[in-house]
Amino acid sequence: MAKMTLEELRKLRQQVQGDLQKRDIEGKDSRIIIGMGTCGIAAGAKETLDGFLSALDEKKITNISVTQTGCMGLCYVEPTVEVIVPNMPTVIYGKVDKETAKKIIEEHIGAGRLVTDHIYDRPAADIIKKDGGR
Amino acid sequence: MSTVNIKINGTPVEVAAGTSILHAARQAGYKIPTLCYHEDLVPFGSCGLCIVKQEGSTKILRACAATAFEGMSIITHDPELHEVRKTILEMILSTHPSSCLTCIRNGECELQDLAAEFGIREQPFEVRLSDRPVDTSSDSIVLDPEKCIKCGRCVQVCQDLQGVFALEFIGRGDDTIMAPAAMLQLEDSPCVRCGQCVVHCPVGAIYEKDEIATFRDAINDPDKQVVVQIAPSIRVGLSESFGLPAGTVTTKRIYAALRKLGAVAVHDTNFGADLTIMEEGSELLGRIAGGGPLPQFTSCCPAWVDYIEKYYPDLLDYVSSAKSPMQMVGAVQKTFYADRTKIDPAKMYTVAIMPCTAKKYETLRDESMYSSGHKDVDLVLTTREFARLIKSSGIDFLSLEEEESDNPLGEYSGAGTIFGATGGVMEAAVRTAYHVATGKELENVDVETVRGLEEIKKGTVDFDGTPVRVAVVHGLSHVAELLDEVREAKAKGEQAPYEFIEVMACRGGCIAGGGQPYGATDILRKERAAGLYADDKASEVRCSHHNESIIKLYDEFLEKPLSEKAHHLLHTTYETRSKYTN
Amino acid sequence: MAFRNYILVCGGTACESIKSDQIYKNLIKACEDHGIADEVQIVKTGCFGFCEQGPIVKVLPEDAFYVKVEPKDAEEIIAEHVIKGRQVERLLYDKSSSTRHARVEDIQFYQKQFRIVLRNCGFINPESIDEYIAREGYQGLERALFEMTSEDIIEELKNSGLRGRGGAGFPTWMKWNFTRQAKEDIKYVVCNADEGDPGAYMDRSTLEGDPHSVIEAMTICGKTIGAHKGYIYIRAEYPLAIDRLEIAMQQAREYGLLGKDILGSGFDFDIEIRLGAGAFVCGEETALLQSIEGKRGMPQPRPPFPAVKGLWGKPTVINNVETWANIPVIITRGATWFSKIGTSDSKGTKVFALTGKIRNSGLVEVPMGTTLRDIIFDIGGGIAGGKKFKAVQTGGPSGGVLTEEYLDTPIDFGSLVKAGSMMGSGGMIVMDEDDCIVDVAKFYLDFSVDESCGKCAPCRIGGKSLHRILEKITKGNGVIEDIATMEAIGEAMKKGSLCALGQTTPNPILSSLEHFKDEYLAHIEDKKCPSGTCKDLISYWILEDKCTGCTICARKCPVDAISGARKEIHVIDQAACTQCGVCYEMCRFDAIEIR
Repeated sequence: MAKMTLEELRKLRQQVQGDLQKRDIEGKDSRIIIGMGTCGIAAGAKETLDGFLSALDEKKITNISVTQTGCMGLCYVEPTVEVIVPNMPTVIYGKVDKETAKKIIEEHIGAGRLVTDHIYDRPAADIIKKDGGR
Repeated sequence: MSTVNIKINGTPVEVAAGTSILHAARQAGYKIPTLCYHEDLVPFGSCGLCIVKQEGSTKILRACAATAFEGMSIITHDPELHEVRKTILEMILSTHPSSCLTCIRNGECELQDLAAEFGIREQPFEVRLSDRPVDTSSDSIVLDPEKCIKCGRCVQVCQDLQGVFALEFIGRGDDTIMAPAAMLQLEDSPCVRCGQCVVHCPVGAIYEKDEIATFRDAINDPDKQVVVQIAPSIRVGLSESFGLPAGTVTTKRIYAALRKLGAVAVHDTNFGADLTIMEEGSELLGRIAGGGPLPQFTSCCPAWVDYIEKYYPDLLDYVSSAKSPMQMVGAVQKTFYADRTKIDPAKMYTVAIMPCTAKKYETLRDESMYSSGHKDVDLVLTTREFARLIKSSGIDFLSLEEEESDNPLGEYSGAGTIFGATGGVMEAAVRTAYHVATGKELENVDVETVRGLEEIKKGTVDFDGTPVRVAVVHGLSHVAELLDEVREAKAKGEQAPYEFIEVMACRGGCIAGGGQPYGATDILRKERAAGLYADDKASEVRCSHHNESIIKLYDEFLEKPLSEKAHHLLHTTYETRSKYTN
Repeated sequence: MAFRNYILVCGGTACESIKSDQIYKNLIKACEDHGIADEVQIVKTGCFGFCEQGPIVKVLPEDAFYVKVEPKDAEEIIAEHVIKGRQVERLLYDKSSSTRHARVEDIQFYQKQFRIVLRNCGFINPESIDEYIAREGYQGLERALFEMTSEDIIEELKNSGLRGRGGAGFPTWMKWNFTRQAKEDIKYVVCNADEGDPGAYMDRSTLEGDPHSVIEAMTICGKTIGAHKGYIYIRAEYPLAIDRLEIAMQQAREYGLLGKDILGSGFDFDIEIRLGAGAFVCGEETALLQSIEGKRGMPQPRPPFPAVKGLWGKPTVINNVETWANIPVIITRGATWFSKIGTSDSKGTKVFALTGKIRNSGLVEVPMGTTLRDIIFDIGGGIAGGKKFKAVQTGGPSGGVLTEEYLDTPIDFGSLVKAGSMMGSGGMIVMDEDDCIVDVAKFYLDFSVDESCGKCAPCRIGGKSLHRILEKITKGNGVIEDIATMEAIGEAMKKGSLCALGQTTPNPILSSLEHFKDEYLAHIEDKKCPSGTCKDLISYWILEDKCTGCTICARKCPVDAISGARKEIHVIDQAACTQCGVCYEMCRFDAIEIR
């Protein structure tokens, strides 16, 4: 994209915010977001990623995006994964190894059942969403 | 000039803005102990001895680096500071051998002085010494790692003052050492042997190659006839070794001392300086008339010559082909003088007393240093070695009667004597070149513009209508600027805006060279130089071309400047050298 | 939706022990009784970290957060909340939320963390500039370039009360202001990402998870002080962070948010990355600048300070990653918002790397003023394995150890120093009864001595001397005079060292001597290590009355120091034993004792 002016930046921000909101509220596609900071990777997040990709491949599921994020603050239960599926609560799973990844695909994505013993809560709220500006 | 008012230990003192606390304290009459600090260098802060306190604050400052600001109130001495300084000194002493009695710096060592000042009586820390061997690879300088206290001065000098980078910090923490990169021997490093590291080292960790014993052997050898020459800087440098004020001219007592030591003839390098002017001046005029290469660089400083051979070998054509005065004298001693006095040149042993450590290497630089058919200069002793030699030979220097030198190689002009100061070679050259080029004599032979301690001095001398642009640079780190200019011009096929450039590796010139008495500061540099300029002023003959002995030498032996004989004996060539060998 | 409701029962050890399993079973039964077993999933989760109010039950999608739930409450939760849609108010953590569709964001933090620096970490893809922009990204830069003057920005920073997060706590506005006022055409902005403290990874996570925050901040600073070039000095051991930064900068350049004529404002600013090469001392600002200049990373005497004479002799602002990460949010939301968080002299939050013998180790970001107790026992979940808390080490190799009596000390710039330690860059290592304090002090000494640059005598020689004495002590060769000697060397290092590395190297020793002198004395006089750590002072013995002769220890011993036939009592050869501890770990009969 060409270099922007102030107005263009503001427009872009609004547009992306709108897109993200739309996706959150009306989104039809599921998302799997893996914590890929060095601590996550050291705990095996790359294998976790492989686990998801191969499980998705096996089940021929294509409408799921698998992306990465930074440290979620749950370092003691890495690898951590946020799973967003339409019409289901968004949960964060911890200690997700290759096996658990498979389970998540099968149960959570496939059958709408949360996977036991792996759910954790974010350690703090999102200040960007909460206060929403000055 | 703005000033600030501060208090040192309660004493109010007004100092110039920007003055360090260390100097402000001196003004107020307080001497804060220092070790790594040296006036020539940017404050390093490594020893920690100069720490002071500010009243009403727990902050500790390093007096050498912190500047005084308005209203500051400093405590320089109190029980806590003393305790900390003492502990630091004891720590440093625990890494240094207690072998003062057999050390070259015995009696002249800054660490010794501090230990005495602090009344150190015991060694509370375990003594741990380096076991690295002494590096004697160099012809001029010795590195003794056992004595190194890691003050960092040598590295600062070599890198920042000289731009040579022969010495580095290697390793980290407790393993830190000062050595050439990649742990090379000094001779295999870019070292140009200027010896500035030697004169800045506070202890005996770096020193000159001591060849007093070789001198004694020669004197005591019935077969050898020892002939000695003394450099310009000796006559003003030796005084400090005998408690005389810096810059006191002691030429004739030196001649006397040399005879007492057993020299059969005493000559003066200043004669060689005059000879150099004749040769180099003619060379310069030849280049100016005949299209270059210009600018011409002087070539009397061996550290500078080594530097350009290593760092700018593409510009060797610009350097004058003239040898240094010392080498010229040596060549003439073993031919002309030997012939005159019927001394067999094979038995003549030529010694040069020099303010310079690099001169020891110069005697073997290449085969042109053997132009007489023998080694032109057999031995170089530095001023410091000379002082020790005199002292250990039972000679009471201060009570010596003045004597004359042996002619014809002892007579010199005022132009020759100022070779020891930065700008001196240039001034001497101008005096003669002016005459040769225009046929006239300079009305005022004092060329003030090239004198002084400014790092690069530039000017234009009017040769009766023809402008001759000159530059004088001292301290090797500053010469790169000019060399880069020349290189750039050369690349464009042009000439850099100079005709003649004088280079001296050591700040202040040879008077503050690597072989001179310890402790050179700018004040000492000025005082020593002043002695030389006074010697010049007091001379009957002020210009090299008026030196009767020089005229005679050409008449009877060399024919004329740049003659074939002159080329053979008095000129040399240069070669590319690697910065790192092995 | 596959299920109408999901009921999450916290399965953390604390809640487990208080009946969460029973609650879980009761909930399942209640669902079956009400015939909605197919519509509600009851799930056991990991620990929610709110153990003091456990057992915890969370009902989704309403995000109803029930605390102190009893097994008998299961029926009511199903009957009232799930079936009738009426939340069980008395069990709710935030009682006010029952009247509206409570979202987690409205709940006033049952967790004590407040993530400003880490605001985007875990929420965005760090390789997507669009996601950063969507979350207030580059809004601070907009204000700085088009709505505020340099003086305005300084004023905003001043009112925010932001102080440097690298350890020194110098007021950020003042540093920027000195540099702004310096009369020079060329100035620089530098980010210190050298993060060398052992166990610290706050900066790494910030750069990996939210690289644009630092880029935006540095650009804002450039505009404020009049600099057009920035450097991020990052340790080479952080390849992922370096990667993410490069990607982020490239994206920013493509968008015109970095480089020439940013957003059409006429202001140029760009950033270059410089890598560290494995020297902790290069985290010291003057050494860092030397390193960027291509020189040996050795500290220089200050004054002059970098704000006046920094990189290549020019005025330079150099701040820590965490300080930078705070800037965009302060400029976007204003000083008033920011200064509401924290204490009177320490505003905002601080990120800590909570590690050691702690249950929930990791990065925590808390408002200044939070107590050590809250961080360790609340957020951190307390000591793992049921052991007893011994001490907490804060501030990395520059800090000190604090004992139980200091647990209620609030975290801020002053209080920890008063207590005998310091906040430093945010390292926090928890120790339990099995940790030997003398050994911990030696560990830090090892580090500091290894990392000393060697320039100044007090640190180079003093640090090594301290280390040799501690070695002696841990080997059982200490003498009582050693304590006084260490104190004297410590004083000389504190007052005489050129930089903070040397000045603070003695801290772990001096502070542990203050609180744990008895441990030192045990090592020196009794030649014993009370926590059984110092190998030269402990020995392993097989208890004859417990040994069953199973031979596991003998087989596992790496030096064959254990002898004994099957079913016969085994014996350890003390001379051959290397005190590796494997036999102790392997024995299933508690038959090995450490003396």
